[in-house]
Amino acid sequence: MSEKQLLDRSSDAPMKRHMGLKASRTLANTSIYVLLVVISVIWLIPFICIVLQSFRVESTGQVGYVIPQQWGVDNYQRLFQTDFPRWYVNTFIAALFTAVFQTIIVLCMSYTLSRFRFKMRKPLMRFMLILSMFPGMLTMIILYRVLSDLGLTQANAVPGLILVYIASSGMGYYVSKGFFDTLPKSLDEAARVDGATRFQVLKKIILPLSKPIVIYTVLTAFMGPWGDFVFARYISFGTSSGMNAAVGLYNWLNRDQIEKSYTLFCAGGVLVAIPVTVLFMCLQKYYVEGVTGGAVKG
Amino acid sequence: MTKYSDLEFLKLRGGQKFLYRLGRFFTGIPKAIAGFFVTVFNAIKSGCKTVGNEIADIAATFIHGDWKTKLSFLVMGFGNLARGQILRGLLFLLFEAVFIGYMVLTGGYWLSMLPSLGKVGPTKVYDEILDVETTQYNDNSFKILLYGVLTVFFIIAFIYTWRQNVKQNKLAEKILASGKPLKSGKDDLRSLVDDQFHKTLLALPLTGILVFTVLPIVFMVLVAFTNYDGTHNGYSNNLFTWVGMENFNTMLNWEVKSGAGRQSYAATFGEILTWTLMWAFFATFTNYFLGMFVAMAINKKGIKLKKVWRTILVLTIAIPQFISLLYVSKMFAKNGILNGFLMSMGWIKTALPFWEDPTWARFTVILINIWIGIPYLMLIATGILMNIPADLYESARIDGANPWQQYTKITLPYMLFVTGPYLLTSFTGNMNNFNVIYLLTGGAPTNPAASGAAGSVGYTDLLITWLFKITTGPESQYYLASVVGILVFIVVALISLIVYNLLPSIKNEEDFQ
Repeated sequence: MSEKQLLDRSSDAPMKRHMGLKASRTLANTSIYVLLVVISVIWLIPFICIVLQSFRVESTGQVGYVIPQQWGVDNYQRLFQTDFPRWYVNTFIAALFTAVFQTIIVLCMSYTLSRFRFKMRKPLMRFMLILSMFPGMLTMIILYRVLSDLGLTQANAVPGLILVYIASSGMGYYVSKGFFDTLPKSLDEAARVDGATRFQVLKKIILPLSKPIVIYTVLTAFMGPWGDFVFARYISFGTSSGMNAAVGLYNWLNRDQIEKSYTLFCAGGVLVAIPVTVLFMCLQKYYVEGVTGGAVKG
Repeated sequence: MTKYSDLEFLKLRGGQKFLYRLGRFFTGIPKAIAGFFVTVFNAIKSGCKTVGNEIADIAATFIHGDWKTKLSFLVMGFGNLARGQILRGLLFLLFEAVFIGYMVLTGGYWLSMLPSLGKVGPTKVYDEILDVETTQYNDNSFKILLYGVLTVFFIIAFIYTWRQNVKQNKLAEKILASGKPLKSGKDDLRSLVDDQFHKTLLALPLTGILVFTVLPIVFMVLVAFTNYDGTHNGYSNNLFTWVGMENFNTMLNWEVKSGAGRQSYAATFGEILTWTLMWAFFATFTNYFLGMFVAMAINKKGIKLKKVWRTILVLTIAIPQFISLLYVSKMFAKNGILNGFLMSMGWIKTALPFWEDPTWARFTVILINIWIGIPYLMLIATGILMNIPADLYESARIDGANPWQQYTKITLPYMLFVTGPYLLTSFTGNMNNFNVIYLLTGGAPTNPAASGAAGSVGYTDLLITWLFKITTGPESQYYLASVVGILVFIVVALISLIVYNLLPSIKNEEDFQ
């Protein structure tokens, strides 16, 4: 080996190592990109399929292919000949009322537990923790009987549903309590020294700062009723006009209905998903803040 | 098992550390259970002491009090009225009047019927004029139990209010003796938006929880000790009544019934519980680690379009679960899209039994649950990962740690420390994850050996879906559903209690303020 070659080698070596590092980083990043693309495809495929199948005209049952042979909006037109509009309105009303009242209740609860120190505070929190360990489904039987005594089942299921959704919502205070915990207490104290009552502190100081958590609570409360299935089904008890969208659409996938209504389910699913998704996407920032904050504070 | 000090622990090698922790965990269990009983015992002891003190205080108040105080023991609020606290006095008086009125009019009846849950069931009455037999409904066990419990609640509330009334008199005497004025009604009202603002704020939420959660739970726990079911609905066919521990004996009985496929209740319960725990374990930890992995992949330096990847995943949270779950369940069906695709590609000849074979079905629900759960975990993990100080990684890199070491020594411990409580709630939440199982499989495929027990039991049924099936099944065995519910509660509470005591960090919530 000549001296020149040796020199070349020695000067090349760090360069090569550098290249190797860079190459391995590029390789790592490329494989991550591939992975992310695969994940995105897997996560989106069901939704793409459901949209595509909702435009299928040639048949209404379940088939082994995705892309329709004949395109059209027949399924959407057929939806309006069924009870679907009624279910849709039912769900929307329930979601709207739930969003308003649940937000008020959750905020009252979480603000109190975060800001006030009273004797029953810890026992109360422990008690609610224990309550939440009981399977909620168990209470369905009695709630159904009580609501049916009040005449709030079957065709009148919507007010009954709203009542049940909001009544116990105080137990879901964790995320917003976590938020209030992060607001500095010195704010309250300064205002109290200046002679503000507790109510004025809440109204003038805390509420203006709470926009993110209010939006988060409204958003999750609004989304809840769209997905509720068990209780809505139990309480509407087979009466079509009292059903919500989830129950109605579920019935279309029953064994005796599916051949007739599979594409109808897809179209209905798309219509249900649109408002919720649009709203969610607009307020995504607040949702992410709530979820990430909530887990850290336990 | 010997306990190492922190320094000794740090000297151990990786494998030893793990074994040590595992050993500590299991040797810690008896201590945790013992600790639980000690806590219960102490609670009972201090409870008895409190009651004793209260009674002594009440007696002392009566003996040392003036005539206004003494009369208040009978007429609630009299002391307040006589001392000029009109608002408080009237409220006490009103409460007493309502209570007495309620007890005389209906409360007494419900309470007296509570031990028997009704004496006379529906009877056939012959109507001579119309010449038909009509049914006459008498007692209603359901209402007796419900209003009986409500009456007991009311009595407890009355005792509490009465005690407050006594306390107020003692306090008022003390204040007057020291020469200060008493609070007026106006002061009381003002304090509701100030010092006592928490009471105003909590009134509505707590009433809701009391009526729609506490009352139903107490009711359903009591149902476990009755024979309330479809044929004893307490009103239109037969009354139901107390049966003691009989239902628990039925549920925890190993006796095999006659006939083919009639497995005992206990065996069925054991099988479903095992699967429930398995499911909760896999559902929680697959989501946790894969979600963390995806978050790290997106967060990695040099990866572009971070927001796009995140948004794609978050999009799936937005779409109501019942749509995605029902649709995906049909995708995996025998004649669904997935099998259709695989067959048209020529990769398989016959459809894969995603929902027909027990093992396949269990595997598939866990797989689909990953699809559902990763976006949430990705969000949570992203938030936490960003909080890990970057200089930790910097110094680790300078010390020559490779990415795997960085992960196991920095990222994972930090994540586990911060998300410990979340993991626990997520585990118990998965045990009761009704939606995923019910909408995906409905419990299928059917487990023929277990289906004799109650309802048709399937291989993917969780305890919570089984409970639902028992309730809505043809026999409507509410009492059995209630027993299952209580057992679920016991399992969840035990797991929570043990794990909670073993968590490395029970963070003080005040740390965040």
